[in-house]
Amino acid sequence: MTAFEDQSQLKGAHWQERFGDAALWVLSLITVLPILGIVIYIIYKGAPGITWEFLTSMPTNGMREGGIFPAILGTLLLTLGCFLFAVPLGIAAGIYIAEYAKDTAATRAIRIAIISLAGVPSVVYGLFGLGMFVVFFKMGVSILAASMTLAIMTLPVVISTTEEALRSVPNAFRVVSISLGATRWQTVWRIILKEGMPGILTGVILGLERAAVETAPILFTGAAFYLPTLPTSPLDPTMALPYHIYVISTQVPGMPLTVQYATVLVLLFFVLVMNLIATFVRSRARARRQW
Amino acid sequence: MFKPNPIRTDRNVTYIIKIAGYSSILFLALIFFFLLQNGIPALKETGLAKLFQSTWYPTEAYFGILPLLFGSLLVTFLAILIALPFGVGTAVFISEIAPRAMKEILKPLVEILAGMPSVVLGFIGIVVVVPYMQRTLNLPTGQAAITGAILLGLIAIPTVVSIAEDALNAVPQSYRQAALAMGATRWQTIWGITVPAAKTGILTAIMLGIGRTLGETMAVMMVTGNAAVMPEGLQSIFMPVRTMTATIASEMGEVAKGSAHYAVLFFIGIVLFIFSLIINILASWVSTRGRKRSERILS
Amino acid sequence: MDIIQIEDFSITYADGAESLRGINLGIKEHAINVLFGPAGGGKSTLLRAINRLNDLTDVKEVKGSILFKKENLLDSKLDVTRLRRRIGIVFSRPMPLPMTVTQNVTYGLEVAGEHDRGKLNEVAEKALRQVFLWDEVYDRLNDPAIAISGGQQQRLCLARVLALEPEVIMLDEPTSALDPVSTARIEDLLQTLKEKYTIILVPHNVQQSSRMADYAAFFLQGELIETGEGKKLFIAPEDKRTQDYVEGRFG
Repeated sequence: MTAFEDQSQLKGAHWQERFGDAALWVLSLITVLPILGIVIYIIYKGAPGITWEFLTSMPTNGMREGGIFPAILGTLLLTLGCFLFAVPLGIAAGIYIAEYAKDTAATRAIRIAIISLAGVPSVVYGLFGLGMFVVFFKMGVSILAASMTLAIMTLPVVISTTEEALRSVPNAFRVVSISLGATRWQTVWRIILKEGMPGILTGVILGLERAAVETAPILFTGAAFYLPTLPTSPLDPTMALPYHIYVISTQVPGMPLTVQYATVLVLLFFVLVMNLIATFVRSRARARRQW
Repeated sequence: MFKPNPIRTDRNVTYIIKIAGYSSILFLALIFFFLLQNGIPALKETGLAKLFQSTWYPTEAYFGILPLLFGSLLVTFLAILIALPFGVGTAVFISEIAPRAMKEILKPLVEILAGMPSVVLGFIGIVVVVPYMQRTLNLPTGQAAITGAILLGLIAIPTVVSIAEDALNAVPQSYRQAALAMGATRWQTIWGITVPAAKTGILTAIMLGIGRTLGETMAVMMVTGNAAVMPEGLQSIFMPVRTMTATIASEMGEVAKGSAHYAVLFFIGIVLFIFSLIINILASWVSTRGRKRSERILS
Repeated sequence: MDIIQIEDFSITYADGAESLRGINLGIKEHAINVLFGPAGGGKSTLLRAINRLNDLTDVKEVKGSILFKKENLLDSKLDVTRLRRRIGIVFSRPMPLPMTVTQNVTYGLEVAGEHDRGKLNEVAEKALRQVFLWDEVYDRLNDPAIAISGGQQQRLCLARVLALEPEVIMLDEPTSALDPVSTARIEDLLQTLKEKYTIILVPHNVQQSSRMADYAAFFLQGELIETGEGKKLFIAPEDKRTQDYVEGRFG
């Protein structure tokens, strides 16, 4: 022991450390255990309601019985629509930022715009979709309007993911390609985009999944509850899982709990499947990478 | 049949890609435009003075948005009170203390929470949390600001954890080693050296958490009771409240297009839009400045 | 004959670093032209200026001219993609593209518009034979290029350039990442190639410079100090700085 060491102070620091560590252990467990509990609880209460009929037939008795097929179909259609409108545009924009844009004020403005778009509340996107697509472009409350609204909401995610994926491709490829006489677009198309695609796809899948489970943007732009038939055109409104869950848990008297939990479970399953697909794409790409 | 000229293709494609690049600016402008187009009439018809009153009763043409504004602020404030300690604490735990095995369990669980749709959390709120709050705290209804805050806190935690954890990981090992070499305990090192070094990132994490919370709609809407009254005094925490987001979501379905109510809902949307813009740009600015400063210090 | 004439050429980068100042140099046809000197001398910059690879970076100012058979390469209206096929470059680290061996060799032809699979394979084989790689990889043509060894990859990079039938081949420290055996193979290769092509070589040490030079130019901190034929600069340089470098007093 040196002359500076004080027995009591050392002991104090020691106990502080052990107490502090324990406190953080507990705190972290309190943070994550709820989610584990929620998932398990939903599976437990919802699994009994999951039958083939539930997934494939139309609802009856004011949505209280039968199946939720139209909601499942609606969510899939909206996801597809979101993909079609957000992905080509978003990838092109991401290519611009990653491969073409120089560091100017205009490029910085674009970056700020992307950050801002990413932060806009989902219900404000709903208002925007209502004002622009439903009213101004006269699409009415429709799959088309809702898809385009979701697409603009998903655009920042696609752009950022594309930029990141393309930046991770080694610069050597660009230099070599140009030195062999290729144009910038040939370089991007033949090499950079090809090598970055798995990363882009992973981000896109996750972005689409986020869009698919959102309720607020589709509330006034495309979602409906009591639809006796399936949609036949993009200008029809549609049922959708997240909106369905909202209505059956707040506005339908006598709604059987099992049906509510089962519907929630279906949505969670959709989230799980999308995440698994994204993980699969990512790990397969990593294995086959030539750099 | 003409032979494709790579140089001309390059020029054309560059043009298309450039337009795509600028599209984000276009869409941001469009959002602002349509919000204004539908919301400015509220300023003309109802007027700024009446909009900033404390009574929200649309059926009698009372369009005072203050109860909604303060409802949002109250719930957000409470939510951050929850998310800050739990979020930053968990981030510190994962980054500085947790053994490898715990990390491998905690991080995926936080990811799962991040991916939870808000309507699902709202659902659990209704069927589990609301009755629980009512029983335990002996309230007339479990639908209250505090219930909403708990759910919003849960929703904000993954954002706070992931960004704060990144910030803590970015603190150079040499800082920790220097402190430990001088005789500091691990605990003293964490709170005296590492966390302060990461304070920019942690601040960014909190700001983004606030942004997330302010903009959240479904979970709050399903559990806060939707009573559009001014929150007054401490007991308002345990009473129903209405946020701006919930108001838009629940009332838009029943308004006539072009009516005064319609315009006011869009006006609330403008308020939300501006709030979120400020928070996100501020957070990004803070984060960039912090990064530039640390690059200078570490180079 | 001077196939490339560099006249009073200067280049400054956007960050202010002046890279080359007033360079006057003639590149001799069908010979190995060696540009040597300590790091930071501007040799790589000169190579990249010749095939306009500099266009990818932030260049602030360019002065003077670089004439290739009387054409000024610095002209902004020049078809740079065609230029890069006529003047090829091999870099210091083997940089195979993420494709098969054959695809690496045929890449330049494909972007130039050649689609005939038969012709492409023919050219690929010819180029691989030129670099004496054919016998080593003929059974692995469809394997990813990173599967072959480092020395083989570098010869592949050379074959890639040869497939375009260039007039000038530039090599920027091509053997710095290779073992002595692979280095010797490439050096021998260059001696045979100079009969058909013009070679500009930036070697990675003085010994290689001395071994390879038909003509040599000494660069120091952005300036061309001295030029000479054969081994002259290495045995009897005129400038003291050249002598100091060649004798190892700095570098």
